[in-house]
Amino acid sequence: MQVYLPIAEISVNAFLLLGIGGLVGILSGMFGVGGGFLITPLLFFIGIPPAVAVATSTNQVVASSFSALLAHLKRKNVDMRMGTVLLVGGLVGSALGVLLFNFLRSLGQVDLLVQLCYVLFLGVIGALMFVESLRAIRRANRPGVRPVRRKHNWVHNLPLKMKFRVSGLYISVVPPLLVGVLVGVLAAIMGVGGGFIMVPAMIYLLGMPTKVVIGTSLFQIIFVAGFTTILHATTNHTVDVVLALLLLIGGVVGAQFGTRWGVRMKAEQLRILLATLVLGVCAKLAIDLLIQPAELYSLTAGVL
Amino acid sequence: MIRIALVLVLMAFPAAADEEIVLGLSHDQVAITATFEGSNILVFGAVRRETPIPDHSDLGVIVTISGPDMPVEIWRKQRRAGIWINTDEVEVDAAPSFYAVATSAPMSDVLHHVEDLQYRITTPRTIRAIGGQVSDSVDFMEALIRIRTQEGLYQRLEGAVDLEQDTLFRTAITLPANLTEGIYEARIFLTRDGRVIDEYVTEIPVRKVGLERWLYNLAQHQSLIYALMSLTIAVGAGWGASALFGMLRR
Repeated sequence: MQVYLPIAEISVNAFLLLGIGGLVGILSGMFGVGGGFLITPLLFFIGIPPAVAVATSTNQVVASSFSALLAHLKRKNVDMRMGTVLLVGGLVGSALGVLLFNFLRSLGQVDLLVQLCYVLFLGVIGALMFVESLRAIRRANRPGVRPVRRKHNWVHNLPLKMKFRVSGLYISVVPPLLVGVLVGVLAAIMGVGGGFIMVPAMIYLLGMPTKVVIGTSLFQIIFVAGFTTILHATTNHTVDVVLALLLLIGGVVGAQFGTRWGVRMKAEQLRILLATLVLGVCAKLAIDLLIQPAELYSLTAGVL
Repeated sequence: MIRIALVLVLMAFPAAADEEIVLGLSHDQVAITATFEGSNILVFGAVRRETPIPDHSDLGVIVTISGPDMPVEIWRKQRRAGIWINTDEVEVDAAPSFYAVATSAPMSDVLHHVEDLQYRITTPRTIRAIGGQVSDSVDFMEALIRIRTQEGLYQRLEGAVDLEQDTLFRTAITLPANLTEGIYEARIFLTRDGRVIDEYVTEIPVRKVGLERWLYNLAQHQSLIYALMSLTIAVGAGWGASALFGMLRR
């Protein structure tokens, strides 16, 4: 069944979109990621204009994150105070990101920027995750290793300190603000929630307990992704609600199956699978940039 | 869902020539609905004449359908520092978003190039004013036509018009699913030995209808409300999924 997307102005197969939504939903249920980093490239592959793909993905991120946040709120795993500080940074970053996005769009370089961001971040995160989970598997086979003690680093010597009770931290607000800005910029440019950047940053950089990291990250992502959606919709008019809806329905159903299958697998195995997937997407995008394209010319219609 | 309206437009053109076009269209408009998969427009008609069919000259029929003119930027990629990036740009002031030209015989037989310049019939003639700092703008023009031809947006259908007994003609033109909305223009030219002897122009509005129209207007003119609506749907879906999941587990 073909569906005409009113904003993307192309006709696509509805089941294909439901399938993509479902596939990403399964993965996000299994691995606890928003799935924006997979949806956006998949939308590129099926021919959705990049600007529409990025803007619509942010809307999809809001839905999947909100669903997950509700579960975390019940378990009181959300540090609202930290979330708010991250959010302030995130909103600033998101606005900067949309400005940058529009500027590069006018230069005709937006596809390149989006692709480069993907290759860079997917490559780095995928490789780190792969190495880390390999180590974890080896450690699991060799019992009796003591956990590493948390150290004080430069992060704890900055001014403007604030108490974060849920996280059990007393640190400067500067690093969380900066993390928030970075994630906001990425959300706007890549159409992702940025969880895959924020989660490691909160654990390793801010020293937050892993238990509250996911919930807090989701709390912040919802607002940043929501704000980004509004900015894209009002400045670029590129959010396609029909596209988002089809992806949502698939994603919501997929996430349920993903969560069930996920609990049957070991955490390290899951992470290594996710890392392989991330590296696979990264490789595909990198190859597209490196080999000579079949068509050297491209068109941007309707702008002057 | 395409409304098939059979409209026969009988025309009363000032009798400039001995031979005139009488035209019918299978659709007087095209509606883009949520399940739009493209459309087929049947253009048919007859040549009306008061005098006998002239001998010793060849009659030709050319049918064109063009979408609204839009500016286009054409980019060319080059390898820089190992990766392929957009480097050169050419701006076209106006190029039709859709253009199909169908003829009753090879283009060179039915159309003299001087007439082509005047009436802007072949695809390159419909693209106006190329500006840019590159020396090889012809390549960009060819790329524009090549890409749009691959997408089914530009069609050159030589010999696709059936002309019977120099009187009745018909052709079918396929509009692809990736249409831009606007007023489309159908032009029919009657030629003798490559000279245009009659021209007939009619409009085919292509519009999004129903939900598609409403969403598009909302996104363009009340984008804040549209954004908030999208977010509400997203949050609602997220909440719904969570609630449903909770119910299933209990």
